[in-house]
Amino acid sequence: MQKKLILDTDLLDITLSRLCQQLIENHSDFSETVILGMQPRGVYLAQLIHGKLEKSLRKKIDLGFLDATFHRDDFRRREIPVKANETRVPFIIEGRNVILIDDVLFTGRTVRAALDAMIAFGRPKKVELLVLIDRKYNRDLPIAPDYVGKTVNTLASQRVLVDWQAQGSKQNKIWLINQE
Amino acid sequence: MSRLSQKHLLGIKDITRQDIELIFETADNFKDVINRPIKKVPSLRDVTVANVFFENSTRTRLSFELAQKRLSADVVNFSASTSSVKKGETLLDTVNNILAMKVDMIVMRHASPGAPHYLAKHIKANIVNAGDGTHEHPTQALLDTFSIREKLGSVEGKKVAIIGDILHSRVALSNIFALQKLGAKVMVCGPPTLLPKYIAQLGVQVELDVMKALQWCDVANVLRIQLERQQIKYFPSLREYSLYYGITKKILDSLKKPIVIMHPGPINRGVELSSDAADSPHAIILDQVENGVAVRMAVMYLLAEQVS
Repeated sequence: MQKKLILDTDLLDITLSRLCQQLIENHSDFSETVILGMQPRGVYLAQLIHGKLEKSLRKKIDLGFLDATFHRDDFRRREIPVKANETRVPFIIEGRNVILIDDVLFTGRTVRAALDAMIAFGRPKKVELLVLIDRKYNRDLPIAPDYVGKTVNTLASQRVLVDWQAQGSKQNKIWLINQE
Repeated sequence: MSRLSQKHLLGIKDITRQDIELIFETADNFKDVINRPIKKVPSLRDVTVANVFFENSTRTRLSFELAQKRLSADVVNFSASTSSVKKGETLLDTVNNILAMKVDMIVMRHASPGAPHYLAKHIKANIVNAGDGTHEHPTQALLDTFSIREKLGSVEGKKVAIIGDILHSRVALSNIFALQKLGAKVMVCGPPTLLPKYIAQLGVQVELDVMKALQWCDVANVLRIQLERQQIKYFPSLREYSLYYGITKKILDSLKKPIVIMHPGPINRGVELSSDAADSPHAIILDQVENGVAVRMAVMYLLAEQVS
């Protein structure tokens, strides 16, 4: 198994800061905007970005977690079933701007499910997608991110591994793995 | 582990503690779903479920049907009283006819103990036992233990007294299995005529005095006197039963610690439970009903993983 580092800790930090600046550019003071981290792994990224945004804007920003397991289109078609996670959206998204956050964008099917799951909490004014890693050329659906940390060209057989400190790893790092 | 060890839910006896915990974790998420403005998810949109009820039921059937609809399954209902069963059709023929119409899952209630087990041996569809005679009622036990976990934080180490007509109760048996698998201590309490002869062999304590049972327990699961199953008289009169075994607010207030009162419904108010006790803050009877939908959604969702 070959492991190639895509983003190390320092570069990741710079990337996150850049993403936050782009978000502030488009959403100014976040009074009409909420952040939704996608379960399970988009949550850590959403928390990091949320922390950085609150620090630089010095105000509270709404953060929620969205689980799309029950809305997936591959239920009963997977070898290993996906386990549902907590959805916590303690605010109304009706008429507000939503930034959906996930770590890796691959086929786009999770995002489709998340869009479906999100509608249960109201009709947002606008939805944007932020991903840390965009795996180009692997999309099954016409879904494109609005904010991208890094675009990588990958083969379908490869895997992107994101290590989060919040999940018990030593450092935040992102790897590309070649599966034998 | 994110898959059940069984293809069917026939009884709590057949499933593991891990299965129960997986059902609970999934039900937590479904409870969240049914409290949203849009209470529906599309998970089972390509699954057809038949509710086959050979015995009367109001809340179990309604609860199953709501759970199915909130999972977006297609639902067909069947009740024996209005069907060809009256014309002499066998159980297996009836079910095979339903399955020939491309049904994936069967939720069945039957008056004969073991009826769903028999079916499971002969048909391909997933089966959920919604009560088989005086044997098991697994989803009721799951929602009862789920409600205890919700109210008290966990089931492990809790003392639960099951009070009333244990002899005719499928809820009692399923509850005993579920509580023991989750590490609770179980006591059964009732008049000697309504306690099965060898119940102590299941590892439960047996108590005849309801006051002692209430003083011992953290949770009292009060069962209905099932007059419809009693062909002979097991006690002199309902009035006498209520006098010796009826639980009132006054009795609850006299206890040293607050206990949780549960009841699987339908309540015979004034018999096993007085109105003031049933409506007191001790009672979580309506929470049980709400949790029933979430737990049944979890069971069917997890079984649907295995629909071929």
